[in-house]
Amino acid sequence: MDIVVDKITKTYGLQKAVDELSFRVKTGEVLGFLGPNGAGKTTTMKAITCFLNPNEGNILVGGMSVTENPEEVKKHIGYLPENNPLYQDMPVIDYLRFSAELQGVPKEKVRERIIEMVKVCGLKAEKHKKIRELSKGFRQRVGLAQALIHDPEVLILDEPTTGLDPNQIVEIRELIKKIGKEKTVILSSHILAEVEATCDRILIISKGKIVADGTPEELRKQAQGNEILKVQIRNGERNEMYSALKSLPTVALVDFIDGTPNCYEVQSKKDENSAKAIFDLCVKKGWYISQLTPVETKLEDVFREVTMN
Amino acid sequence: MKQIGIITKRELQAIFDSLMAYITIIVFLGLSGFFTWLYGGDVFFVGQASMQSFFGIAYWTFFFFIPALTMKLIAEEKKTGTLEILLTKPVTDWQIIWGKFLATLLLIIIALALTLPYYITIWNIGPIDHGAVWTGYLGLILMSSAYISIGIFTSSITNNQIVAFLLALCIGIFFHIIFGILAASISGVPGSIFNYLSLSTHYESISRGVVDSKDIIYFLSIIFLGLIGSEAVLAKRNIN
Repeated sequence: MDIVVDKITKTYGLQKAVDELSFRVKTGEVLGFLGPNGAGKTTTMKAITCFLNPNEGNILVGGMSVTENPEEVKKHIGYLPENNPLYQDMPVIDYLRFSAELQGVPKEKVRERIIEMVKVCGLKAEKHKKIRELSKGFRQRVGLAQALIHDPEVLILDEPTTGLDPNQIVEIRELIKKIGKEKTVILSSHILAEVEATCDRILIISKGKIVADGTPEELRKQAQGNEILKVQIRNGERNEMYSALKSLPTVALVDFIDGTPNCYEVQSKKDENSAKAIFDLCVKKGWYISQLTPVETKLEDVFREVTMN
Repeated sequence: MKQIGIITKRELQAIFDSLMAYITIIVFLGLSGFFTWLYGGDVFFVGQASMQSFFGIAYWTFFFFIPALTMKLIAEEKKTGTLEILLTKPVTDWQIIWGKFLATLLLIIIALALTLPYYITIWNIGPIDHGAVWTGYLGLILMSSAYISIGIFTSSITNNQIVAFLLALCIGIFFHIIFGILAASISGVPGSIFNYLSLSTHYESISRGVVDSKDIIYFLSIIFLGLIGSEAVLAKRNIN
């Protein structure tokens, strides 16, 4: 099911939380939603799940409008809200049954789905406990289980891995990736590494507008421009190495890297590649290379660049 | 209908899983039993087999109990955020409100059903006006429904349960006695308006055995106003 967000605007009082936001997510795509606090991520997710109506614009989920046909849209969405609210006094199993029934899972399938969810989300030992008694990580799993219980075609996860330990984070990421192959997933996060690891596409929004959109590689390339290599060379003389590197025809800039001896950051000219030239140079001079690595722009840098202004 | 049933079931489960249901029922039976059978001794001294003294007491006990039952219904869900979960499932605002309303009403009906032994006991003492007993129960159910709907409304406008409780009592007390007192002390058209607004007028005529469509309409209008108000408050999140 495709999600089409078409020029939505949502204001709270005088403040515009979302400002003519438009994007489209295709089936089988995992979209990572990034942005600083208060950028409008949660508001957009609430609008897609029919909890809030946008002031202007429309959202289509599988061709159905969230404002005109919310009951039908909601049947196809699994939603894990921020902070993961749950009925504290309910046992896990009862809560899952309640969710399944409300989502319209056929009666004969409810049991099967609950067993499946308990298995997928690793809740076997906790299934008869009251939700209040669970640790944060297990509550998060219950939240995920209720979102997945009716096998939804669209999954909206608002910061799904908060409060989980590193092992659980890896498990949940794997799960999201697996689910994302057949379904449409939108997830928001503050953790850039997580978005990079799980998402096919990243959308960065700031002040209610899209500031960057693309695959992680595309975004990096967009921000980076020229190739940068980190070179470390042994048994040579510092100034000689510097001027030799600088005189290579493909190299635009050479910088010393502080702290590590004989280590340089070499920036190539536009659309040029200097690795081979550096290698040949060292062979000729009889130096040996102990390090030659491309420096990738981190997603953090991209994020900072597009959201700071 | 199915969605309403699922929500009602969950609410009842929540009420019976906590001690709330049992405390409510026990305290209600204790209070109404004590005042009906022991204190004052109306039942034995009135000279006829009648449930009037029980209905008089239940009228007051429910007045205090119902806000305590309804205060958490929406306020708590708002506070913990579970309302968001509920509203993003395929249910409408109306279904949620009706589900919660029916769950509370069912608890009241269970409590009332447990007072049926009173009825049977009095029936054994002497000839009883069966019609008046049944309309008395009907009156209590209608009155409870009215207070439940007021309680759900006050619970929907705040996320603080105590505020919801006190507000429900405040609104309730007007219907319960203040309009009656005003009606007695003011003459003319305003007086008759207050008399019509007073819940006790309608309750008394029903519990005496007179079921008038006017009284039924009165109770139904309070119920619907309360529920429409709650729905409007829930829908307000979308008013821009």
